[in-house]
Amino acid sequence: MKKINIALAGNPNSGKTTVFNALTGGNQYVGNWAGVTVEKKSGKLRSDKNVTVTDLPGIYALSPYSPEEVVAGSFLLGEMADEKPDVIINVIDSSNIERNLYLTTQLADTGIPVIALLNMIDISQKRGDKIDPKILSAELGLPVFEASALRGKGLTDAVNAAKNAAAAKASPGISGHRIVNFSPEIEDAITRISKIIKNHVTSDKPVRFYALSLFEKDSLTADKLGLNETERAKIESIVKETEILLNDDSESIISSQRYDRVSAILTSCYEKGGKKSATDVIDNVVTNRFLALPIFAVIMFLVYYISVTTIGTIATNWVNDTLFTEIIPPAVTNGLESAGASAWLVSLIVDGIIGGVGAILGFLPQMAVLFLLLSLLEDCGYMSRIAFILDRLFRKFGLSGKSFIPFLVSTGCGVPGIMASKPIEDEKQRRITIMTTTFIPCSAKLPIIALIAGAVFGNSAWIAFSAYLAGILSIIVSGLILKSTKALKTKDMPFIMELPAYHVPRAANILNHVWIQLRAFIIKAGTIIFLASAAVWFLSSFGVENGRFGMVDADFSFLADFGKIFAPIFIPLGFGQWQFAVSSLTGLVAKENVVSTLAVLFGTSESGLGTHVNVLFSAAHVYAPAAAYSFLLFNLLCAPCFAAIAAVNREMGSAKWTMITLLYQTGFAYIVSLAVFQIWSAAAAIF
Amino acid sequence: MKTLNDLRCGVTAKVLDIKGEGALKRHILDMGVTRGTPVTVKKIAPLGDPIQISVRGYDLSLRRADAGLIAVQ
Repeated sequence: MKKINIALAGNPNSGKTTVFNALTGGNQYVGNWAGVTVEKKSGKLRSDKNVTVTDLPGIYALSPYSPEEVVAGSFLLGEMADEKPDVIINVIDSSNIERNLYLTTQLADTGIPVIALLNMIDISQKRGDKIDPKILSAELGLPVFEASALRGKGLTDAVNAAKNAAAAKASPGISGHRIVNFSPEIEDAITRISKIIKNHVTSDKPVRFYALSLFEKDSLTADKLGLNETERAKIESIVKETEILLNDDSESIISSQRYDRVSAILTSCYEKGGKKSATDVIDNVVTNRFLALPIFAVIMFLVYYISVTTIGTIATNWVNDTLFTEIIPPAVTNGLESAGASAWLVSLIVDGIIGGVGAILGFLPQMAVLFLLLSLLEDCGYMSRIAFILDRLFRKFGLSGKSFIPFLVSTGCGVPGIMASKPIEDEKQRRITIMTTTFIPCSAKLPIIALIAGAVFGNSAWIAFSAYLAGILSIIVSGLILKSTKALKTKDMPFIMELPAYHVPRAANILNHVWIQLRAFIIKAGTIIFLASAAVWFLSSFGVENGRFGMVDADFSFLADFGKIFAPIFIPLGFGQWQFAVSSLTGLVAKENVVSTLAVLFGTSESGLGTHVNVLFSAAHVYAPAAAYSFLLFNLLCAPCFAAIAAVNREMGSAKWTMITLLYQTGFAYIVSLAVFQIWSAAAAIF
Repeated sequence: MKTLNDLRCGVTAKVLDIKGEGALKRHILDMGVTRGTPVTVKKIAPLGDPIQISVRGYDLSLRRADAGLIAVQ
């Protein structure tokens, strides 16, 4: 049996994911396209394992601008290492047919056979729309099938047609089928450009597609084909000549004529129903001038209440405090000890590995609840409305309206907070969100706040308040700083976003989405946290005492040596004692460790720690609160715990950006703490 | 010259021309806002920006600054 590759292409919100799930079932592989953070999904067809289905990212066009469009284009043109698709199934939202068919006209130009799937036909019919698939098929010159992937209808015929088209395809050649014939002036220009580039294009590639891209001034294509200066100049003069002739610029001409052709086709086979859509009715309330913000507040409160205050945290606390504290560690310790394992092995497994891995697994229930809610908001269409409502407020800081959710969730835990940045389409806004969201104090940082408030500020509630305020201010300041950097400049970023029709969320899609996210986190985060925890365990348990290497108390550990080397860096910040440096390091495993490590290193109980810290700071500084507050700020703002770092790494999709994030956060924390301590103690000396 | 940004809520107008260049312009075109297309301003966001327009049977949100690039009749 010959292997067949089917590519699924279509607009965002066309129901492509539902089609993909229906075709492949559980046999999915999820990764990233090479070099970009765009998700790549592929799977084997349920009914035929010889058929691979690749789900392209949702795109509106094959333009060379967004990473999604570039990736989809390169894949369809066979420019990637992956095998070139034999056939495209183009998923079309029947209730938004005009704009969806625009992409279809471009797909046909790739020279790959296209099967058109009129998805969500039931919704469109309910609205009273009338589509004649026979005439549409004749006009497009493509097989057209009506389907409702949600109800499992119409997919089999489309897949069979796709298989036939793949089998019938005359070996490596490409189909010359086209939907749009442009006006004579343009066709003439395309023919002339085709002649120039002919020698740069192999016979299995569509010359017409490349010629059109060049006509639309796509410099990426010129680079890809390796055109020389003379050839580029010749093409440029052809484009200029045609633009003068038609008195418009080339991109406008091509898009307009594609849309004109689509409108003409639809006049012959489509009639829009007159019914007012439910979406307009819902939007009249949900994005209403006066009601939008209160409704948004209520929805966010529910998200927070369910994922942070109640279900998510209860489950997470049980996993952390009961399962991985009271149940598993004693059982494993007993088991290992009765088997005669040596003390260091017990410590490695129980404290290092179970402690570290437990720290990730503890996040899973909370993440599952949160992802469920986020998928619901996204799948039903509300997420786009959030961006619509809040865009004005957030864009000043280089952020998206959708950044609100990561910040909100991060008050509970930064790990799901970072992962909640996924729905932000714009890569730069997403990066800035990821880099700043852990500035918000998470629940694990509360013990640090409580320690400092109790030690030097008489348990003032203002300290906790000021910690949150510091977090928010840090986000605003960082947003302004980051968006003015070259790599994250968002000034020219367009915000042109579809407000999709609302629809009832699909349970199967949502559960599948939640599972894919969780699985990816377990695998990727698991490796980083596993190694990092084992490393910190080793450094804090081993050392050289009395000239001999072995397991030692924390005071003599390598970590303590390490802390002593690093401690002087913190002298300008007011906390140069090595114990503080070490506790900040162990805070990388989990922020709760900051307080517990200090207690161990100072040889005191956690309840007596406050007094100890007060005495220490008072002895070292004339003005102890400045030093204590500086220590608090540093730990609130510096690099987050390993679990959050792993989440950053996953969402950034690049080790380089993960490093930039950690350096930025730690550098920012250092500068803020330095400024606060120096100004505060100087001011205190004067007044 | 009148732009999409000058239209009141509920008003429909035909697109005359799109200023600007590169990714922004191309994206506006790809979304179906091309010369001669009727667009209707449906709503203004609660904070005054962006606006919501209806074009080719679906809804699109865009900022006032970008709407100012679209000349209408």
